[in-house]
Amino acid sequence: MAAETKAPASGPAPASAAAIDEPAWVRRLLIAVGLVFIGLFLVLPLVAVFVEALSNGIGAYLAALRPPDALAAIRLTLLVAAIAVPCNLIFGVVAAWAIAKFEFTGRSLLITFIDLPFSVSPVISGLVYVLLFGAHGWFGPWLVANNVQIIFAVPGIVLATIFVTFPFVARELIPLMQEQGTEEEEAALSLGANGWQTFWRVTLPNIKWGLLYGVLLSNARAMGEFGAVSVVSGHIRGLTNTMPLHVEILYNEYNFVGAFAVASLLALLALVTLVLKSLLEWRFGHELAASRH
Amino acid sequence: MNIEIKDIQKRFGDFVALHRINLAIRQGELLALLGPSGSGKTTLLRIIAGLEQPTSGAILFGGDDLVGQSLRERKIGFVFQHYALFRHMTVFENVAFGLRVKRRRERPGEAEIGKRVRRLLDLVQLGPFGGRYPSQLSGGQRQRVALARALAIGPRVLMLDEPFGALDAKVRKELRRWLRGLHDEMGLTSVFVTHDQEEALELADRVVIMNGGRIEQIGSPESVYEQPASAFAYEFLGNVNRFECTISNGEAVFPGGTISVSEDVVHNGGEAIAYVRPHDIEVFSGPAIAALPATVRYISAAGPLAKVEVAAADDRLIEIELARPVLRALALKVGSLVHIRARKARVFRRDTEPSPGEALSMRGEGRYPEQATPPAPMWHI
Repeated sequence: MAAETKAPASGPAPASAAAIDEPAWVRRLLIAVGLVFIGLFLVLPLVAVFVEALSNGIGAYLAALRPPDALAAIRLTLLVAAIAVPCNLIFGVVAAWAIAKFEFTGRSLLITFIDLPFSVSPVISGLVYVLLFGAHGWFGPWLVANNVQIIFAVPGIVLATIFVTFPFVARELIPLMQEQGTEEEEAALSLGANGWQTFWRVTLPNIKWGLLYGVLLSNARAMGEFGAVSVVSGHIRGLTNTMPLHVEILYNEYNFVGAFAVASLLALLALVTLVLKSLLEWRFGHELAASRH
Repeated sequence: MNIEIKDIQKRFGDFVALHRINLAIRQGELLALLGPSGSGKTTLLRIIAGLEQPTSGAILFGGDDLVGQSLRERKIGFVFQHYALFRHMTVFENVAFGLRVKRRRERPGEAEIGKRVRRLLDLVQLGPFGGRYPSQLSGGQRQRVALARALAIGPRVLMLDEPFGALDAKVRKELRRWLRGLHDEMGLTSVFVTHDQEEALELADRVVIMNGGRIEQIGSPESVYEQPASAFAYEFLGNVNRFECTISNGEAVFPGGTISVSEDVVHNGGEAIAYVRPHDIEVFSGPAIAALPATVRYISAAGPLAKVEVAAADDRLIEIELARPVLRALALKVGSLVHIRARKARVFRRDTEPSPGEALSMRGEGRYPEQATPPAPMWHI
């Protein structure tokens, strides 16, 4: 070991075995900095949420989740995600397909616009819908006349959530589909498959992993979105409060156990999503590697 | 079944990829579409297969016009240049694909599919590989899977786009021989695209030479090699020495010498280009009738034919191929003074010939990028 170790003249610790390795102290420092950061900024708050939620015992925790308003918020959040995620799944696949497989005018414009929800503040996304569908908005008078309520109601929350989570699926799929090209689809067609068979048997299996990631991310964001939803929701307890909004209300009322109990539930949903993703990666890692080249 | 291609034209915007192509493909033949990158050969193949629509023209398939027919109706087996295997399916499922997507009443049962796929895998010598994924196969094996997959639909014609382009030299040669055997055995009509003249000449029953979206010549490998119809065909099929000259009394006169011309004489005084194949040049150690003096610059004796480069009086290089016994008898060395004489030359009028600059500018502009073969060396004397 010592024979093959060549310490750089200036390095204080003669430890690296190969020329490209960093000295051991650099390695340890980098790893330590990374771990401390993750611990401080990611793990600690997460732990704090659960600790605070359970500070008065499990009984108080469960009790905090039982009021009808809390249950309504949970139901609404799940409902919104259940509508927004499939919408974005379909739209994401369609948009990625169009962008990756065809050349058309407006293609680069479409790519730019798909990123829009990432670049504008969620509050603005919410305000846009108020401007469009609010009582004084462009379509407001018509909506009022026809007794359709969008803003301060579930449709507005769904719209704002779709807007905010719009890029996840498409962003995940576009590079993947561009890399894969159209040859396999052409091969399927030349073998006699129709368009539908080609999509289900060739295109979809090739993108399923990217699609799954996109859906998981999109789902996490749909359930957790605060800004845009806050603008369009109107904060009507038991009716238009999603879980994040409900957390805020409880917190502002100094109901810390309640706030953190609902927050812990949200965090739990996020954790389940991550675990699910890791599990799938672990289970199908081989197939995943094969589909990437 | 014969395929008749009538007046097929294809434009991509302003670029004309194919100018009014007419071609008849005969039942049971193995036809090569040969040309440099951008010559339109792949576009033509894709149009026949239905992967691309022609701007105008008709493709008659035993009398029916194929243009506008779906790919399913055409029943053409297509083997893609990069195989395009379904990466998420096993080899077995790849081959079975064409059978599984048939309409319900035409679709064979599971047992029948299994039987047919196994038979095809045996045919392409991949019997034990049915359970593998494409990423676990070598290039040559993937190519054979692609072939088995195309054959599974019982195609009326088999079309192959640069079938050996992505393989190394040894595998390419084996696969070529094997494909020829398969073609003969199955009695298929096959069309393949290649930019490799050796491949086309060795494998095909007939060769279609394409250039700039036009057909330059159609013929058997012997006839196109021996009797190239145009200067382009001459330059494209093998190495050639090129002499810009004027014709005077049956001789091609160029700075530094003359070559006697026995055939295709351009009118007296006409501008011409004389082509001489490297193996059609005789070398003498002493002076000989109608021979030019030259100096040996380079000798490469690896391979069955020795390659010799000599410099003529005006310092331009001429490529010569000599049988090795001849080389030994002449005892050539770099720097030796020799006399050379063309045994055979072919002359084309200069105005009919695409300038080399033009021919070169075609490369890399094609819609389907591919590895270009280096242009045949041309020496101007």
